[in-house]
Amino acid sequence: MKIALLGNPNTGKSSVFNLLTGLRQQVGNFPGVTVDKRSGFISVDEQQHELIDFPGTYSIYPRSKDESVVFDVLSNPTHSQHPDQIVFVADASNLQRNLLFFSQVYDLGIPCVLVLNMWDLAQRKGFDISMEALSNVFPGVPIVQSNARIGLGKDRILSALSGLSTAREEKDAFLVGHTLCETSDVQAQKSEAELRLKKIKEALKHVVQMKAPSGESTSRKIDRVLVHPIWGYVIFAFVLLTIFQFIFSFANAPMNWIDELFAQCSNWSSHAIQPGLLNDLVSQGIIPGIGGVVVFVPQIAMLFFFISILEESGYLSRVVFIMDRLMRPFGLNGKSVVPLMSSVACAIPGIMATRTISNWKERLITILVAPFMSCSARIPVYTLLISLVIPKTYLFGIFNLQGLVLFGLYSLGIIFALIVSFLLKLFIQQKEKGFLLLELPDYKNPRWGNVLINVLEKVKLFVLDAGKIILAISIILWFLASFGPNLDEAAKKLSKTTVYKEMSVEQRTQAMDACKLSNSYIGIIGRGMEPVIAPLGYDWKIGISLITSFAAREVFVGSLATIYAVQDDGENQHLLIDRMRTELKPDGTPVFTLASGVSLMVFYVFAMQCMATLAVVKRETNSWKWPMVQLVFMGVLAYLTAWISFILLS
Amino acid sequence: MMNTLDHIELQKVVEIVSVDHSPISSKLTEMGLVSGQLIKTLFKAPFGDPIAIELNGSVLSLRLEEAQFIEVKA
Repeated sequence: MKIALLGNPNTGKSSVFNLLTGLRQQVGNFPGVTVDKRSGFISVDEQQHELIDFPGTYSIYPRSKDESVVFDVLSNPTHSQHPDQIVFVADASNLQRNLLFFSQVYDLGIPCVLVLNMWDLAQRKGFDISMEALSNVFPGVPIVQSNARIGLGKDRILSALSGLSTAREEKDAFLVGHTLCETSDVQAQKSEAELRLKKIKEALKHVVQMKAPSGESTSRKIDRVLVHPIWGYVIFAFVLLTIFQFIFSFANAPMNWIDELFAQCSNWSSHAIQPGLLNDLVSQGIIPGIGGVVVFVPQIAMLFFFISILEESGYLSRVVFIMDRLMRPFGLNGKSVVPLMSSVACAIPGIMATRTISNWKERLITILVAPFMSCSARIPVYTLLISLVIPKTYLFGIFNLQGLVLFGLYSLGIIFALIVSFLLKLFIQQKEKGFLLLELPDYKNPRWGNVLINVLEKVKLFVLDAGKIILAISIILWFLASFGPNLDEAAKKLSKTTVYKEMSVEQRTQAMDACKLSNSYIGIIGRGMEPVIAPLGYDWKIGISLITSFAAREVFVGSLATIYAVQDDGENQHLLIDRMRTELKPDGTPVFTLASGVSLMVFYVFAMQCMATLAVVKRETNSWKWPMVQLVFMGVLAYLTAWISFILLS
Repeated sequence: MMNTLDHIELQKVVEIVSVDHSPISSKLTEMGLVSGQLIKTLFKAPFGDPIAIELNGSVLSLRLEEAQFIEVKA
């Protein structure tokens, strides 16, 4: 049997869901749409039933494409997700608005339980609610109180469900003689809402008594600081800075452990399996591929840990409130801010965080421009190239030129994110008009259980859904980098040269790796594309690194190290930098000049050099269309801007 | 005196007279913005938009372009 969990946003619905299902929950999508479907099993009278958490809405009629899943499922009894019973969660401190949606659900005739959640808050706010009088308004509906945030009410809800009938009953509707409106008929929906609210207001006169109205609440006092015209921004900037500090200081260590662990696994498997194709596939393709997925987990987990806290505490809606006006001219809204800012750490959790944006067009634009924000994987590329081509001098005696260039690269990304959003706003057509109408809930202490479950859910979504694609592309890249039509011959040739014979063991390995990579399919593609990238100031060796860094941007550094046959020990890049300095073109001029270096940095600001991001965009937009659009337009933009920078500087 | 909500100064209690027809009028109504409802203007975001109002003890924020559909009287 299916039980739907319905209710307004900010009623503690997900707390109720977590309370009822514990950790026995799954995430997925509702069939055919990219709307999170959380479901879990609950046992009522020793029978397992599926509890499905629907998006929180204020009405049965959707305000956005994503919300329409509620209407589609509830209005269609043959829908695969149509519930047999309903648990409706209402905020006890705001019954009037909550009962509007409930009365619509009541009139569907599906047996339901009404949960008055946040009971303590209602009491504190001075509401005195008569359960008996409320029962008279909705006969046949068991009504229970709960306070899911502190874990109260599970037994009451379950026992109410156990006494509930499973079949539709004929009963008097709340709004007599009314049938569901068309979702497009705004006028009819408005009249319906007016009629319902009028009736609810009348009924509530006998249900809710207001005790002495409280003075100014704590939330109002906090709001005076947090949405202050100046302090509001200062505090938000401070919060962001703190979050990034935490992510950069604490995500690095586990990411290194993961890299180390997978390197060890590769090493172990390369000895454990018989040498040959299978060995190479496992130790160089599959294990590093899985490692390439898992390595994102610390960043995703940490970012969502902080975002969940901000969301749970009620601060996130204030951020939306103070940023909305600034983002609107660019076709974005206040809710785009957190995803875009998160993308400075990593675009993957940033894009996953766009789910809170209910307007599809605004969400899509946010997803499409998020990778312009310079993520942490670009830092190794930037620092290598900056120390290579930007002189260590000071501008006006105080500004470190290298630092300024780094700042410039970040700014370039942000500026283009906004410009491109503005252009996309003009191109992407949509009838649905964006609007805000956002509730600013009271400030609360975050519930750690909810935070934890949210983090687990995001990590699981990424590893299972995007992970498959990342793994597949890693294996393809491995294949292209390890095989080539004349690879064996070239290797044989190299091993016969006198230079090679005089090398140390370590040098031989490096020389052999370089030879293999440049004769592999990727090497061939790199050479083949040299005419295309020559106008940007790149040679075929850079071309190879551009392709391999599609696995992750920082691979660029490792690939160059392999090609130039020098040790890349990560932290200390002096060997590589020295080698790159001496690299000459056939005409005797250096490859890495100010012009080609800047051109390459600019290319990395704009190019969609990250398969993991593409995989996540595919998941979030439910089609390959948008990741492909993104790949092409970011590629073209990268090419053009890199070309212009090269011309201007050379 | 009649006015639209986007023109009301802060910390004022007003009564909603009507919600004008617009693509979002049903959504405004569903949030509890119906004629006869008392609301209080609470605060504005920096740059004066959006605004936050209190109704029935909860806080709702809306853009000025949304508030202009709501006619109120003091």
